[in-house]
Amino acid sequence: MEMIQIKVNDIAIEVPKGTTILEAARKAQVNIPKLCNHPDLPPTAACGLCIVKIKNNPKMIRACATKAEPGMEIITHDPELYQVRRTVLELILSNHPNDCLQCPRNQNCELQTLAADFGIREVPFTQMIVEHPVDDSSPALTINPAKCVKCGRCVEVCQVMQNVWALEFIGRGYNMRIAPAADVKLIDSPCVKCGQCTAHCPVGALYEKDETPAVWEVLQDPSKHKVVQIAPAVRVAVGEAFGLEPGTVLTKKIYSVLKRLGFDAVFDTNFGADLTIMEEGSEFVERFVHKKGVLPLITSCCPGWVDYLEKYYPEMIPHFSSAKSPHEMVGVLTKTYYAQKTGISAKDIYGVSIMPCTAKKYEITRSDEMRASGVQDIDVVLTTREFTRMIKASGIDFLNLPDMDADSLLGDYTGAGVIFGATGGVMEAALRTAYYLVTGKDLGKVDFEETRGLEGIKRATIDFNGVKINIAVAHGLANVQYVMEEVKEALAAGKEPPYHFIEVMACRGGCVGGGGQPYGATDEIRAKRAKGIYEDDKQSEFRCSHHNPMVQKLYQEFLGKPLSEKSHELLHTHYHERPLYNR
Amino acid sequence: MAYRSFVLICSGTGCESNKSGVIFDRMAKQITEKGLQSEIQLVKTGCFGLCERGPIVKVLPDETFYVDVKPEDADKIVEEHLLKGRPVKNLVYQYEESQKNIKIENIPFYQKQFRIVLRNCGVIDPENINEYIARDGYKALEKALFEMTPDDIIEELKISGLRGRGGAGFPTWRKWVFTKDVQSDVKYVVCNADEGDPGAYMDRSTIEGDPHSIIEAMTICGYTVGAHQGYVYIRAEYPLAIRRLEMAIRQAREMGLLGKDILGSGFDFDIEIRLGAGAFVCGEETALLASIEGNRGMPRPRPPFPAISGLWGKPTVINNVETWASIPVILLKGGKWFAQIGTETSKGTKVFALTGKVNNSGLIEVPMGTTLREVIFDIGGGIKNGKKFKAVQSGGPSGGVIPAEYLDTPIDYENLQKLGSIMGSGGLIVMDEDDCMIDIAKFYLEFTVDESCGKCSPCRIGGKQMYGILDRITKGKGELADIDKLKQIGRAMQKASLCGLGQTAPNPVLSTLRYFEHEYRQHILEKKCAAGSCKELVFYTINPQKCIGCGLCAMKCPVNCISGEKRKPHTIDQSKCIKCGNCYTVCKFGAVIKG
Repeated sequence: MEMIQIKVNDIAIEVPKGTTILEAARKAQVNIPKLCNHPDLPPTAACGLCIVKIKNNPKMIRACATKAEPGMEIITHDPELYQVRRTVLELILSNHPNDCLQCPRNQNCELQTLAADFGIREVPFTQMIVEHPVDDSSPALTINPAKCVKCGRCVEVCQVMQNVWALEFIGRGYNMRIAPAADVKLIDSPCVKCGQCTAHCPVGALYEKDETPAVWEVLQDPSKHKVVQIAPAVRVAVGEAFGLEPGTVLTKKIYSVLKRLGFDAVFDTNFGADLTIMEEGSEFVERFVHKKGVLPLITSCCPGWVDYLEKYYPEMIPHFSSAKSPHEMVGVLTKTYYAQKTGISAKDIYGVSIMPCTAKKYEITRSDEMRASGVQDIDVVLTTREFTRMIKASGIDFLNLPDMDADSLLGDYTGAGVIFGATGGVMEAALRTAYYLVTGKDLGKVDFEETRGLEGIKRATIDFNGVKINIAVAHGLANVQYVMEEVKEALAAGKEPPYHFIEVMACRGGCVGGGGQPYGATDEIRAKRAKGIYEDDKQSEFRCSHHNPMVQKLYQEFLGKPLSEKSHELLHTHYHERPLYNR
Repeated sequence: MAYRSFVLICSGTGCESNKSGVIFDRMAKQITEKGLQSEIQLVKTGCFGLCERGPIVKVLPDETFYVDVKPEDADKIVEEHLLKGRPVKNLVYQYEESQKNIKIENIPFYQKQFRIVLRNCGVIDPENINEYIARDGYKALEKALFEMTPDDIIEELKISGLRGRGGAGFPTWRKWVFTKDVQSDVKYVVCNADEGDPGAYMDRSTIEGDPHSIIEAMTICGYTVGAHQGYVYIRAEYPLAIRRLEMAIRQAREMGLLGKDILGSGFDFDIEIRLGAGAFVCGEETALLASIEGNRGMPRPRPPFPAISGLWGKPTVINNVETWASIPVILLKGGKWFAQIGTETSKGTKVFALTGKVNNSGLIEVPMGTTLREVIFDIGGGIKNGKKFKAVQSGGPSGGVIPAEYLDTPIDYENLQKLGSIMGSGGLIVMDEDDCMIDIAKFYLEFTVDESCGKCSPCRIGGKQMYGILDRITKGKGELADIDKLKQIGRAMQKASLCGLGQTAPNPVLSTLRYFEHEYRQHILEKKCAAGSCKELVFYTINPQKCIGCGLCAMKCPVNCISGEKRKPHTIDQSKCIKCGNCYTVCKFGAVIKG
């Protein structure tokens, strides 16, 4: 790597060529204020706060969008820069409701932090608030134009990172705002509800639909049997809201707090993940060994991805695994298997899923098949963020709770179940079981390093005792197109597709980087969360889904075998082409 | 067979909209009826410049200069002048019996002008490539292709000292060198014809009057930097310019002056037109390129500059219409010749659209270094209705006002900047004593607020806040602290806005504050608008000494707030008055006082 010498506030430092001034300044222990820049995204240069001076240049330039040049002498802070930045910040605040106490981002807002850092006591300019209605048409996400600071992150995320193109800039000048293209409602747009816009929004302009009031209400209802489950990625992220390092595994504390909150049964989505592997792994064997159905098989446990495929790649629907996502499997079994065992009527059971995901809020009503139990299988989805707010509101000293276990009927899981939370995890878990199903033997070493890590597309060939299996793992929806195009091209040319099995996760890093996870995710944080996931896997007694005793019991007692008629009725679904825009 | 006479009829947008097309048709009909079609040639030309007096018809060889021609005058010109040889006196510009007709070089409007960019405007038929060729058209291209290396061309441009006429004045040769020296499989050449300043129409007229000069220059640039594709980005509101340009491109292609193997040189270059939807910000080069790419026209940060990474990420030379039009002349007459014209730092000529309270509104081209006084008083013929000159706004909404004490400043990039304005693309709007400087600043700011793309917060919010403050001041609701706020926001916008639009948007406010702060104070402290243009601060009263009680004002008052007995002084009920000014206008005795 070519290194260059520069000076930041007279401090000589060396940085790799191509480093932005913003990054370079950090190496000189200087933080330049910013509101629009985000490490995941190309600079939009919108906010105007990161301006710096360069010696012999009369202009102030943006540190986020300007690369350091050899010999550059940068001034990041002086009274004039402070004054200009402060005025820009005051202007932004003059165009913001500043109703922090009632805001979803209170104490977690980048604008609020800036205002505090600058010691803003009053805004000298006239308060001007955008008067445009809130768009709460989506079951997953809400846009509040009044709070938007027009940083453009959500548009970049939606277009560049996710390739969804639901969000766009509408209008211009003071009236410019963020909305779906053609100014349709979010629900009628190509939005796939991944929620990455909410995870990247620096303020409270885009946020998950808050379902906590519904859950609080049900928790007081003695007529309901309250059942809850947590997704794999929640356990490694929830601690961040309590000052812990990303990746700290808090599974047993979470079970404990859920019991204290008043849930009657606590299950784990990881159980459903093991079950998904049994069904999906068998589906793969059917297609791969018995040639029943088309290859490649594509995973379908990510609802953002499901929505995306139905909108952008409907011709690939036959390749999609028909297995439902893990939490839907737990949901339907709660209201059938568990209901049967406990003698509680399905309609009296209230199922809550705590997910790292906003798209799950949409998934629970995406088709009639999500009512396989006869009632809606999952009643409500909370994101990790909503869950942490509930813990805080409950007054429970979360971190000092005694550990507890989940209710084992639908709560015990293997290491294969937990790794669903990281990109490549579904593939790895599937390979562990598929190997057994194809070869009749168990793997010696169950770790597949090929599928792990934050590389956007991971391709590998796995040796199944002499049989070669080509796989691809993509995460971050913008990466999907390359894999899909390879497959489509091969199919169109009448050739063998380059892959047998493809895993796709809508969010970068997989569910650990989900749109419902705690704010502030970067690759560093995603990697730490994933590390926690893999540690949990390593410490598990069982590491392959087919070894899960409770799953085995479920098949014996209730389902029969994978892909049985009962399995199909309860655990599988269909997909339909959906229009990009509803008109 | 040679024609004995040529009739040049302006068909620029201004004259066209005043029915010069009808004049042309009627004259053509008359000429045919009179059997003169083999003796007299009618030519539709580009703009003559003296738009104030259009439609303009010029008869050659005697150079009779007809102004304010109406369709019904067509027959008379044919009948009297073309048939009988007697100029139609009442239509001739500044007719004097001694001279019969005034020669164009003797018309004061043209005396101090020097036409390089507009060399063919009002002279040739822009729809006929042969007329361009007859005036040395495409000779510079031929010279470039066969006698010059790319380095020779750049050297000539460097000697010429030509700077970008789009406003910022960046040396043209440097842009070209950047692009030429970048290794890239594909490069582009772009003409910025997204002229959008209020009152400016230099680029439109140049394309309407001489489209081939742009094509020729862009082709030369393509050869110099190694590009094979050019784009002209022009706003859809310029239908005539677009049509002429399309026609010119087609003709050039047909003659082998565009397309494959130009003039047998082996060099390929072609041009396409891209229409803009009229957003002002698309005149900013990075926003313009985004728009050509099919994206929303929003600026992006520079560097990288378009010369290195422009259209679709490829090196792109982007120059303004006027810059392009200067280039063929520079190559033919030499950089040295061009550099003789102008000042130390600013060479050549500059086209201005002179408008506002000046007698001769129109399109002018003067050598750099001409003073504002010469432009406004000699060329422009002074202020309308004998009023007093107050200030001139250069650079459109990105520029600033220059007051009377600087009238003798020679116009060049640096001088205008020192005065707090900019050269800009060339709008010059003259203001007189009836213009309120706060109102003027508000007018320009309203424009930039409306045209801001909204991307960056200093421009989006700062402009709106400044506008709000100005609005308050013009309504008598200002506070002294507002002056500091305007300066504070203005400085932040200049420093922290992403593109030129936002960085220059506060200029009209800051420059009026610089020269006319007393007017702001008067509005704020005395609630008074001396120019009488801020409605809320104007009061009409009747001077009882002068009022004869004729009752005309009371009759014309739309809200019946003037009362009084016949032949006795009248009075105005201030609580009802809507300040329409009717009374002031109709009073023949000067009895209504505005103040």
